[in-house]
Amino acid sequence: MNSQERVWATYRGPFDPCPPVPFKTYVVPPNQYVNFQPPGLPQYPLPEALRAGTLWPAFYSPYESKAGKGKGGI
Amino acid sequence: MWIYEKKLQYPVRVSKCDVRMARYLMEQYGGADGELAAALRYMNQRYSIPDKVIGVLNDISTEEFAHLEMIATMIYKLTKDASVQELEAAGLGPNYAQRDHALFYQNSAGVPWTASYIQAKGDPIADLYEDIAAEEKARATYQWLIDMTDDVDLQDSLKFLREREIIHAIRFKESVQILMEEKDKKRIF
Repeated sequence: MNSQERVWATYRGPFDPCPPVPFKTYVVPPNQYVNFQPPGLPQYPLPEALRAGTLWPAFYSPYESKAGKGKGGI
Repeated sequence: MWIYEKKLQYPVRVSKCDVRMARYLMEQYGGADGELAAALRYMNQRYSIPDKVIGVLNDISTEEFAHLEMIATMIYKLTKDASVQELEAAGLGPNYAQRDHALFYQNSAGVPWTASYIQAKGDPIADLYEDIAAEEKARATYQWLIDMTDDVDLQDSLKFLREREIIHAIRFKESVQILMEEKDKKRIF
């Protein structure tokens, strides 16, 4: 679990028709905590920045697929 | 005026023949929170927003068009070699009946894009908050799309696009801050 993920338990009724989901998650990306980017934040090297989608580690938000990893990849 | 660079903003590789994903990706192509809606929303709002933040809307709108091109590339790659049967199995039978293999601005349920997806209230704060919300909704849409495929290459491109929405939301929040600060300024005529 990454630190940007939040977990909450859903309601469970006594007569639920389907197997219960123990918990649900949602992501709070780092942009929520910043109103204005301060100058001079550390930066990724450029190739890494392209891969991350941002120049600043402080704003990087990882997300992994619920479908997992299948075909592909170099 | 724009200068076109004949390459994608970020590489798009699709490694799994999964026509089904083409249909779901249309949510970001012609959906309410998709890239077309985003690009057109900002491009239009920039005319009635204070000078200081016009550039933000202009730049982000331009980038959204680059994202639109990436999504189109994904959909095209996934559908160009699909047979009629494969398209039908993916739920794209109605699309084939209308337009063969052509792409169209519609969402994952086949509802055509409409201008009522976007707003222009003319109030800078209201418009910028709409833009922040639009970015967060687009980020969420990317999460659900990432959840729907196990193709790591497609996931990779979608993760890039998701991160860009996060950065765009910061820029719009900064724009709000810039407009808030303006009110305390002493004006000397």
